[in-house]
Amino acid sequence: MTGDGEMRIAAQLRGDRERASQRSEERNDRGAEQSVGPERATSRSIDTTMTWYAVGPGPVDDSETTAAAAYCLQLGDDALIYAQRLGEWISRAPQIEEDMALANVGLDLLGQARVLLTRAGELDGTGRSEDDLAYLRDEREFHNVHLVEQERRDFGFEMARMLWFSAYERELYAALLTSGDQTLAGVAAKAVKEVDYHRDHASQWVLRLGDGTSASHLRMQEALERVAPYVAELFEDDAVSVAAAEAGVGTLPSSLWDGALGHVSQVVAQATLTLPSDTSWRSRGGREGIHSRPMGYLLAEMQHVARSHPGAVW
Amino acid sequence: MTVTASAPEEGTGTTELRAAIAAIPDPEVPVITIEDLGILREVLVDQQDRTVTVLVTPTYSGCPAMDAIRQHIEHVARRAGYAASVQTQLAPAWTTDWMSVAGRDKLRESGIAPPGPRSEDVPHPVGVSLAVRRVTCPLCGSADTEEIAHFGSTACKALRRCGHCREPFDEFKTI
Repeated sequence: MTGDGEMRIAAQLRGDRERASQRSEERNDRGAEQSVGPERATSRSIDTTMTWYAVGPGPVDDSETTAAAAYCLQLGDDALIYAQRLGEWISRAPQIEEDMALANVGLDLLGQARVLLTRAGELDGTGRSEDDLAYLRDEREFHNVHLVEQERRDFGFEMARMLWFSAYERELYAALLTSGDQTLAGVAAKAVKEVDYHRDHASQWVLRLGDGTSASHLRMQEALERVAPYVAELFEDDAVSVAAAEAGVGTLPSSLWDGALGHVSQVVAQATLTLPSDTSWRSRGGREGIHSRPMGYLLAEMQHVARSHPGAVW
Repeated sequence: MTVTASAPEEGTGTTELRAAIAAIPDPEVPVITIEDLGILREVLVDQQDRTVTVLVTPTYSGCPAMDAIRQHIEHVARRAGYAASVQTQLAPAWTTDWMSVAGRDKLRESGIAPPGPRSEDVPHPVGVSLAVRRVTCPLCGSADTEEIAHFGSTACKALRRCGHCREPFDEFKTI
């Protein structure tokens, strides 16, 4: 990997760490003020204590560990943020079965995010837990792509987004089955089956809607157009992925393009829809922590309870 | 039918402790035990320290039943005079092929269609056509069933309906 890339990751991680330690000091101060009541000392902490056993001998060398940590973090952020978006569908989907379906997909992604974020915290040397990473980072410290943070729109949009995201993840986790990091390989073995089902679900809806009525066809086509500018970012070889691929723990996103495109094109063609041509504007910057407007609102909703009651346990 | 994990008394030996842990019911599908389900990987008992290490493989990454299962294992071990450490083992990933024959029978008896075989030569169910998996109705045995919902009441189930007896039923998804 290039020296430039290495420096960028190192700088990125250093920034994250400094911000994390600042906040942890603030939290400790507040914790000291609050921990007067006897019940605080004895209260049970939230159950995030499950030990993830697959943590085996990880990458040995330092730069490899750095690369693996940053890589786990960005994969975990994609899963976490999309899980949060999917959760918004509960009680708002067109059928109760879809409330269940979207919640279930979100739950799978949240499960993947928990392991990935826990692993990132172990590897990056900050000792942050999955909760610290989910609730106490600011927008610039999240490394997810823009696709997953976009606001919820109509059901067609969600199926177009899920089709692309799960087609990408299907290829990703199939490639990570042989990751040199045992936790990543373990997550991949589990996730590859789950995202296969997500991809199937989205594919079937795109087929039904595209090849349905003239109204559903039109809206499904619009949804594909709306999602199109956010697709390329998933397959861009950012510095973290390149470093992770070189360390043998990750894979190059660009290598996943053919497989994902193959599936999506097949579904789109069979649904009598048209794959949008290359868009003049494309999202970028998510991997470096530069996000779009909806991200701040999403984080506000996701994090406000944890931040309003720092250190709260039940 | 009841499958209860009667917690053994203090002073229990290794075999009894193993059996008691194996008999813990799945909190979401309580007709089968965690052993039937195939998620109990290993029970390592240390008689000297009176500790037990239990390795469990989750069915799905986000399965919310894992916390309840862990607590139940700890409870059963504590009652038997052991301190338990429950660890989650991700790889190899759980598959419905690990479900026992007894477990499949119990599922069927309680109206849940057990998972089918996951042999590699079965063409991938996804393809790009609408799903055409063949599942037998656990209530009347008819093969004339259709999927109502891709995702059912828990992460591990889908919802189907029988064309013959017209009853809806849960299907344990094959993964």
